Amino acid sequence: MDLVAAAFEKIEKEKEKYKPITVTKLIDLDYYPGNLLAIDTNELDKNQLKSNTEKYLLNLARDNTQLLLNKIWELPAEKQEEAVVVKLPKQNNYVLPREKHIPKPRPLTKWEAFAKEKGLQKKKKVKVTWDDILKKWVPVHGFKKAVSEKDKNWLIEVPQNADPYEDQFEKKATAKKERVAKNEFSRLRNIAASHNIKVPNMGILTSDKLSSTELKTAEGVAKLSTASLGKFQPRLRKEKENVKQKNIPGVQKRKIMVVPAAVEKASNLEILDGILNKKPKLDVDKAVNKQIFVEQQQRAQEKKNEKPKGKGKRKGHAKGGGAGGGAGAKGGGSKGKKSAMIASKIGKVKGKRKHGGSAGGKKVGKRYSGGGKRR
Amino acid sequence: MRRLSDERTKLLFEKLSKFIGPNVKLLIDRPDGQYVFREHKERVFYVSERLLKFAESVAPDHFVSLGTCFGKFTKSGKFLLHVTALNYLAPYAQFKIWVKPSAEQQFLYGHNVNKAGLGRITESTPKYQNVVVFSMNDLPLGFGVAARSTAECKHADPLATVCFHQADIGEYIRNEEGLL
Repeated sequence: MDLVAAAFEKIEKEKEKYKPITVTKLIDLDYYPGNLLAIDTNELDKNQLKSNTEKYLLNLARDNTQLLLNKIWELPAEKQEEAVVVKLPKQNNYVLPREKHIPKPRPLTKWEAFAKEKGLQKKKKVKVTWDDILKKWVPVHGFKKAVSEKDKNWLIEVPQNADPYEDQFEKKATAKKERVAKNEFSRLRNIAASHNIKVPNMGILTSDKLSSTELKTAEGVAKLSTASLGKFQPRLRKEKENVKQKNIPGVQKRKIMVVPAAVEKASNLEILDGILNKKPKLDVDKAVNKQIFVEQQQRAQEKKNEKPKGKGKRKGHAKGGGAGGGAGAKGGGSKGKKSAMIASKIGKVKGKRKHGGSAGGKKVGKRYSGGGKRR
Repeated sequence: MRRLSDERTKLLFEKLSKFIGPNVKLLIDRPDGQYVFREHKERVFYVSERLLKFAESVAPDHFVSLGTCFGKFTKSGKFLLHVTALNYLAPYAQFKIWVKPSAEQQFLYGHNVNKAGLGRITESTPKYQNVVVFSMNDLPLGFGVAARSTAECKHADPLATVCFHQADIGEYIRNEEGLL
């Protein structure tokens, strides 16, 4: 008996190791075994969730998983190759909510709406038909149809009470063109209607905002729409001189005439005279600069005139003072006579000593003196 | 290839006269034969009448260049002068700027000329006057616009820009495909 008791005890101990497979819940879970899904709608224990989050959630997950597995094992099981297998049901699966809303059906075109109202059925059209005159199969659409039409209708009978001088071929072509245009128009109108845009019964759509080219076109057209074709139209403020003619529909660019060379030369010279003989505007900056320049010239001249008297004295003084002064005086002395040249040499006031050597030998119109001269 | 319209001729002459003033006349009225301006694909060519006659046999699609290309009309309708016109601008230029040898390379790389690089300048050059740029030994390097008048140049600090770059002969290498 001891043995049996010991065995029971052992089993009990073993049992204590594992948690029980029965779990009690206030509200039963919603099971979807087909998706291996269970949804727990019981309330969470807020205190435990706050104080002992990890352990609480882990326990909860275990319990719920246990319940789900219990449910799964209730399903009919079978043995396959020494493994027990449960077949999951295909019905009663959980339906995930849709991410995007259900697409709306394409709005009916005007014709489709009409056909639906009238109860018209679509008939399947044949692609080729037998032509008795040409004795061959002719497609309903496409270029081969157009070619065959040309072959067939090389002659058109003039209707009874039609104008005999009317071109029946042209009439036919324009009629076809109009049919095509009408189709295109109704296609566009259907597109507009499906986008909730109001469309006028006749004419084309106009936009509220015109693009710059459209505005330019409108401007050009308006300007040309006078009795004199815009010849005497006054120019607007800030209007550009020549509105490009390509912007104006119906107005073709005139080709420039070929003229003999002598005539071209004369006209060129005339244009040039017009440019060169313009009255110069009073440019204040220019005038001030000129005045400054003249004054500086005068001052330089005066200094030059003074120089010969005190040259020796100055030179000595400059030598004592420093090399910069010496260089300035030397430069002024040697190049003084060439002031009539149009070019003027500009040396940096401070960098003079550096460049004095290299520039000294070259053609120099006029030198602006260094520090020594100023003093 | 066709003759320039009156408006375009005016634009061209206005631009040229900014550089060479009344000397534009010398380009039209030459003693050594008739020279004319012709336009092809918005480019303006300066060509002798004699050469033009030979060129008439070339189909417009195959035509590339003729005589000297002076520049082109931009999309906004202005006339843009190319370096290729320098040969005709340099001898007639009214206002010139000479650049020191040390600053030559900077200018030929497409930079402006600053005061430190300025060798000489024509006297009484107004501000924003179009000028031709020369090296110190009178080799034409390009052209541009004077950023300062001669009087202002004197008192400018060494790094101040003296001439804005417009075109230089370095473009023959840098901008080979754009020139024609």
